[in-house]
Amino acid sequence: MDFDVAFLVSTFVKLVDAVPMTLALFAASVSLGALFALGITYCRVSGGLLLSTFARAYVFVFRGSPLLIQMFLIYYGLGQFPAVRHSLFWPVLRDPFSCAVLALALCTAGYQAEIMRGGLQAVPAREIEAGRAAGMSGLLLFRRIIAPIAIRQALPAYSTEVILMVKSTALASLVTVWEVTGTAQRLISQTYRTMEVFLVATLIYLLINFIIVRLMAFAEYRLSPHLRERPDPASGGGRQGEVHG
Amino acid sequence: MSWIDLIGFGEQGRGGILLWAMGITLAVTAASLCVGAVLGAIIAAAKLSASRPARWLGDAYTTVFRGAPELLVIYLVYFGGSQAVTAIGKWLNYEGFLGLPSFLAGAFAVGLISGAYQAEVYRGAYHAVSRGEIDAARSIGMGTMLRFRRILVPQILRFSLPGLGNVWQLSLKDSTLISVTGLAELMRTSQIAAGSTKQYFLFFIVGGALYLVLTTLSDRIFSFAERRVARSFRHSLGRR
Repeated sequence: MDFDVAFLVSTFVKLVDAVPMTLALFAASVSLGALFALGITYCRVSGGLLLSTFARAYVFVFRGSPLLIQMFLIYYGLGQFPAVRHSLFWPVLRDPFSCAVLALALCTAGYQAEIMRGGLQAVPAREIEAGRAAGMSGLLLFRRIIAPIAIRQALPAYSTEVILMVKSTALASLVTVWEVTGTAQRLISQTYRTMEVFLVATLIYLLINFIIVRLMAFAEYRLSPHLRERPDPASGGGRQGEVHG
Repeated sequence: MSWIDLIGFGEQGRGGILLWAMGITLAVTAASLCVGAVLGAIIAAAKLSASRPARWLGDAYTTVFRGAPELLVIYLVYFGGSQAVTAIGKWLNYEGFLGLPSFLAGAFAVGLISGAYQAEVYRGAYHAVSRGEIDAARSIGMGTMLRFRRILVPQILRFSLPGLGNVWQLSLKDSTLISVTGLAELMRTSQIAAGSTKQYFLFFIVGGALYLVLTTLSDRIFSFAERRVARSFRHSLGRR
């Protein structure tokens, strides 16, 4: 294979133009999904039988079926009904971008809800009791005791899910949203230089993933001060890994 | 015509073809699992090897194929493979475009991805095998190959079963993306049925439900297999 730097650079420039679309899909769907997931987790953990059954069913359906079919169901399926086309929601459901975001958000909500539930289950009952004994209740207890511990526990699984979502935004190209993968596919069919375009597009995704992994690792570091080495008062500053004696 | 007729097994019904498509989905996923098993074993061996270039290659492989979107990998294999086949055709004096069969391309593409995940599963399972057993095997005089065949492989397979279950579920969902190459698996067949009858909602719901059946059934099968296999683990000896 001859190595054409000029072609690689022009491919890179064209694909970078599509990066904002990928990031917009990603940011909108992950945050909307987190919102849905919070609701589902609430239903599952503190709702009655009806609500917790709904939460279980939701997780079962959206984790058990493929994202592509969910996206097609929302984009092509809902538009089939005149009632939907004449409703308030039609401006949202007519637009490929918002349909893609909705499908991605609904799907990730199922996964995120399970991660959040796992985080909540990891909060020791003793800590909650201690908080209650100190006079905290309701939101204060949640904000000071439950949420920090639960988030810390859930973060590793959460960052895996977030990376999977970066990759999942590629499916939006199949409902005509021109993000990185869709643009790459168009370049491939125009130039027939599959390998080069694939490598450049993959490089872009790896860069995005790498930045997100670093950010998540930073958040994890900030949320777990108790696992860090304490500064040693004897040596003044306390550099890590220094051999004493 | 009512919706029951549309998804039923009558003359106008799509029930039969949807069930057939479910079989294609299972077949292409199973084929990709096999491709991935071979690749995964090689990549895991590379990642565990003492040679630095081999470890580097193994790491590069798992980073690329777990980091790139699945759809992009399918484009790479389908278009790239077809180009390669066309080039070979030209070399053999055949003019014109030659396509790669979509079943093969799909199974290979999903297999490439599944191989990256399986490599991590096998690597984890290898580390779970107790060092003492390997030392014991060495001390009674087993050679490398015999040790590999009698001690390592049986245990690695057992330890990797839960991970393989996850990979299978991932591949099952990735197999929907093979529909872009035109393979008439469950996704593509639901799409065609939806388009030709204009009953998009109905057929995507039915397709989704059939995928739910597949994922639920395979979940059952894997947890049954895990229970079977767990009987031979050492820690389960004391429990009756």
